[in-house]
Amino acid sequence: MINVKELTKRYARTTAVDHITFEVAKGQIVGFLGPNGAGKTTTMRMLTCFLPPSAGTATVAGFDVLEQSLEVKKRIGYLPETPPLYPEMDTTEYLKFVGRLKGLSGAELEKRVDYACERCAVADVKHKLLGRLSKGYRQRVGLAQAIIHNPDVLILDEPTAGLDPKQINETRDLIKSLAGSHTIILSTHILPEVEQTCEQVIIINKGKLVATDSVRNLQARARGAESIVLEVAGRNSAIDAPVVQEKLQRVSGVSRVSCKQQVDSRAVFEVESDKGKLVRGDLARAVVEAGWDLNELRPAAMSLEEVFLQLTKSEVPTEKAAAQGGQQ
Amino acid sequence: MRNTLIICQKELRSYFVSPVAYILLVMFGLIFGFFFWNALGYFVIEGMEMQMRGQMYPLNLNEQIIRPLLQNVSVVGLFFIPLITMRLFAEEKRTGTIELLVTSPVRDLEIIVGKWLAALALYSCMLLFTAVNFAFLFKYGNPDWKPLAIGYLGLLLQAGALLAIGTFISTLTKNQIIAGAVTFGVCLLLWVLEWVSGYESSTWARVLAYMSVITHFESFGRGVIDSKDLVFYATVIFLGLFFTARSMESLRWRS
Repeated sequence: MINVKELTKRYARTTAVDHITFEVAKGQIVGFLGPNGAGKTTTMRMLTCFLPPSAGTATVAGFDVLEQSLEVKKRIGYLPETPPLYPEMDTTEYLKFVGRLKGLSGAELEKRVDYACERCAVADVKHKLLGRLSKGYRQRVGLAQAIIHNPDVLILDEPTAGLDPKQINETRDLIKSLAGSHTIILSTHILPEVEQTCEQVIIINKGKLVATDSVRNLQARARGAESIVLEVAGRNSAIDAPVVQEKLQRVSGVSRVSCKQQVDSRAVFEVESDKGKLVRGDLARAVVEAGWDLNELRPAAMSLEEVFLQLTKSEVPTEKAAAQGGQQ
Repeated sequence: MRNTLIICQKELRSYFVSPVAYILLVMFGLIFGFFFWNALGYFVIEGMEMQMRGQMYPLNLNEQIIRPLLQNVSVVGLFFIPLITMRLFAEEKRTGTIELLVTSPVRDLEIIVGKWLAALALYSCMLLFTAVNFAFLFKYGNPDWKPLAIGYLGLLLQAGALLAIGTFISTLTKNQIIAGAVTFGVCLLLWVLEWVSGYESSTWARVLAYMSVITHFESFGRGVIDSKDLVFYATVIFLGLFFTARSMESLRWRS
């Protein structure tokens, strides 16, 4: 649905977006992730035809953002960082105005306004002036405005910024419910948001694409060397952590073992193995054969937060950063 | 065309929903009312004096009231035009709503013309106030309506030209006050440029005087349509809107 190739935006002194390439399939929710100032908003603005790219191409639904911008604009619903509201209009009036701008009229317009109001839970402020609405409502009216003409693509710039936790959850649910019929790109610097709402993540930092993958793959990828957490307990007696550690160390393929914690007769270890080697079976056998109990054995999953920090750590190339992260 | 009307309607609404339009209308009405009352007072006194002296000078409502008053309106208009145009784009840029307009399937030119038409419509409403005053002249006297109509046409053209300049200036900044102040300065300058013709007759002076918006109003005020003046106003309107379009475009390349 969205096809971006080598997209670049240069300003007089800086390059805000530097040769970004990615694709978004129809009906997907994609999280656009990056620290503040990474170029998220600039990229979105180029996709919505607000800014022309300096180089590269971007197509939305097969239409070029530069050459066929009117066609692109018809198919995009856009919620900028600050919802573009006119304080002197009330909600219905505003939605009607936007609807007309997007080409709706007559009964169709009325229907879409009602639909958007209901969908975004703003029906109870239909006749309130936008200037008097709370932050949460403003954001939702902004969202209603974006979906008013049933666009193929929704581009949402930090849709949950400035909302309280309850509103954030509601907004996320709303966005999730919109997927399927719409292709959605949302930008954020809040990681759990991506983990919860998105299927795919695009991470950019300082204008450069750092990673684009599914949330699951990304977590796996950043793990680099496989690391395993296991909990060992002594039978009826206290166990000696250094002894266990040494035993584990001797299993072939294990590169490093560290003791995370020890409580009474139980100890938790983190074991790192060389890439591509499966050591779980050997580890389990080693523990059991030595007469200890194996309480737990699981791969150490990384939260997206750690992945993100690793990937966006500047200077250090991605691969190295991942490896370093794994060793700590 | 449809989009232009949507934008125009929205702009007019925001003029009339806020106190802006009413304040402008009332202030203009008051000022013009005062001018009218003054002009009428002079006219009556003059008439009486003539009768006393036994002269039977033909007193002419068109020449002695309507023409100077239209001239006044054209100058007073200069002061009101910045107040009408200053918010057009500056406000949208400040609140970020410009992003909504620009990412909607609407051409830049449709946005610009829509806004300019709304401003012109508000100015026309102000002119309606003056028409109420002139209506009295038609009730109690019998002035010629044709020069008056031509005068109004001139006023609209002149306002159209200045509003186009004001619209352009409003795209240059996020700050309404700056847009208003600069527009005011430019309007004033375009008025006083004509003064050079008073003491200079070099080519430069003639060019400067030609650029003054007021000089081109004179013949309209007299009830004469001069194609030279039509061309002048049409050119300024076109250039103003053209530069607005270029400025909107550059907004994207720069911001």
